[in-house]
Amino acid sequence: MNAVPATRVAGAFSSLRFRKGRDRLVELILLLAGLVAVFTTIAIVCVLVYESSFFFRTVSIGEFLTDTMWTPLFADARYGILPLVSGTLTTTMVALLVAIPVGTTIAIYLSEFAPHRLRETVKPILELLGAVPTVVYGYFALLMVTPLLQKLIPGLPGFNMLSAGLVIGLMIVPYVATVGEDAMRAVPRYMREGSYAMGATRLQTALRVVVPGALSGIAAAYILGISRAVGETMVVAIAAGMQPQLTFNPTEPAATITAYIVQVSLGDLPHGSIGYQSIFAAGLVLMLITLVFNVIGFFLTRRFREAY
Amino acid sequence: MAAVAQLTLKDLRAGLGWRKQLDKLFVIVGLLVMIACLAILAILFLDLVRDGASRFGWDFFTSFPSRKAERAGILSAAVGTTMIMFVTALVALPVGVAAAIYLEEYAPKNWFTGIIEINVTNLAGVPSIVYGLLALGLFVYQFGLGQSVLSAGLTLALLILPIVIVATREALRSVPKAIREAAYGLGATRWEVTRDHVLPYSTGGILTGLILGLSRAIGETAPIITIGALSFIAFLPPSPVSGEFPFLNFEWLRSEFTAMPIQMFNWVSRPDQAFQANAAAAGAILLGMTLLMNALAIWIRYRFRKRINW
Repeated sequence: MNAVPATRVAGAFSSLRFRKGRDRLVELILLLAGLVAVFTTIAIVCVLVYESSFFFRTVSIGEFLTDTMWTPLFADARYGILPLVSGTLTTTMVALLVAIPVGTTIAIYLSEFAPHRLRETVKPILELLGAVPTVVYGYFALLMVTPLLQKLIPGLPGFNMLSAGLVIGLMIVPYVATVGEDAMRAVPRYMREGSYAMGATRLQTALRVVVPGALSGIAAAYILGISRAVGETMVVAIAAGMQPQLTFNPTEPAATITAYIVQVSLGDLPHGSIGYQSIFAAGLVLMLITLVFNVIGFFLTRRFREAY
Repeated sequence: MAAVAQLTLKDLRAGLGWRKQLDKLFVIVGLLVMIACLAILAILFLDLVRDGASRFGWDFFTSFPSRKAERAGILSAAVGTTMIMFVTALVALPVGVAAAIYLEEYAPKNWFTGIIEINVTNLAGVPSIVYGLLALGLFVYQFGLGQSVLSAGLTLALLILPIVIVATREALRSVPKAIREAAYGLGATRWEVTRDHVLPYSTGGILTGLILGLSRAIGETAPIITIGALSFIAFLPPSPVSGEFPFLNFEWLRSEFTAMPIQMFNWVSRPDQAFQANAAAAGAILLGMTLLMNALAIWIRYRFRKRINW
């Protein structure tokens, strides 16, 4: 046993101490990297609240929430957020009217009916579609879908929320379909088999066993779709026009919250001007709307969660 | 009971037949909806390529934007995008991988780790334009970085951080416990186990995540418009490599910039028809780059999976 000299043992121990010390240091660095996510969230909230606080020194919250005009860049400036909110909600509604039925149908079909090979081919394609730059979808909306719609609806203006909403809907179908399909695949096999054994057909099993069983995941897919539609910027900035208008009629042009932020950013507004501050107030409202939908989604998901 | 007794076998068969018809109907409807959806998108993409076809050519890649549509090109946009992606990758990779290693290999299971995890999940759902506002307030004005390549790169790095973190965590998780335990058994410390064993096995997954993140970043328009990308830039940022000592310079980080999606947006919004062909060509190139990056990611994942046999 005395083959190992004492100095070498001591050396091994001191190197172990060095390695352990290095481990602590590395852990600290890794922790800091992990905290970047937390800091980002805090920074988002702080920047939005801080910059909007200047805005709300000029504009009262009452005016902000009740005025029906949004014209911060005009000489006769009015600061009512409602027109932007109505634009955002209208395009989102149009998008969801497309994405939810189509996305859900595709999800059910892929999960319960499609042959294995077809599913394995289509799912990567759907996931790939999620990576298409949104500015490209904006081009579709303005230069392809709008001219088509103008043939169907005479008198439709060149900029309108209908075309933007339809394209956003088409854009979020892949999200709804893939996330919904994942949720349905997670429903255990024996539940389907139990249903078949009771004499149910595939469609009955899909609609009465699988969909209710996967409801929390499907709700999550819808919420993801809504968040995408509310936060979508380029499609509406390109195709819906940029004039804020308090209307829920999708055939009219209007601006959304996101389109307004882009419009202001394209111009050359000096730092600290009321126009500059107003985009942060608009961003704050956008965050709050997204938050509301996510909180609803959180509770829906919890309410419908099924444990297997 | 009486009602059941009255159901004859014939009634049951008829009911079943009807229900089976519904089944078949749904298969047809489902297939049609899916094909219609994919077909519409395919037609749109093909149209985009066709509209832009007249502009593809060497000149388009080597010209600056111009007032004349047929002389305008994407040189400054393509260079800008390359530089931004470089900064984004350089920031998002180390930070994202380090955060993922912390969460997967180091973090104790407590409320604090929970907060980090919830933050990562939530950040993935924040609309991208909000990142632009964050960058405008923080990077551009508070930190004084200006409307520069550096600001844009940092913004997009924050934007794709959740993608890199989630992908890296999945890659780390798929390394079997036995490998870690074998290394611990030989006296390795936690960092040595991670660095020498877990990370090398996860390289494929990490690279896949990074490329998917970058393919998302390359098409992001809204956040970099918000921080003030210009759409008309007829000069290139200073070159990062110079002929004399110290050979590298970082002036380009502070340069004003434009990027591919910005250039496309600018061309789309012009009423002049001639510019729309430019927009289509830029869009087709952008689309091609995104698809190429995704294909690369899939290929890398496949290659690394084939090399590893647990």
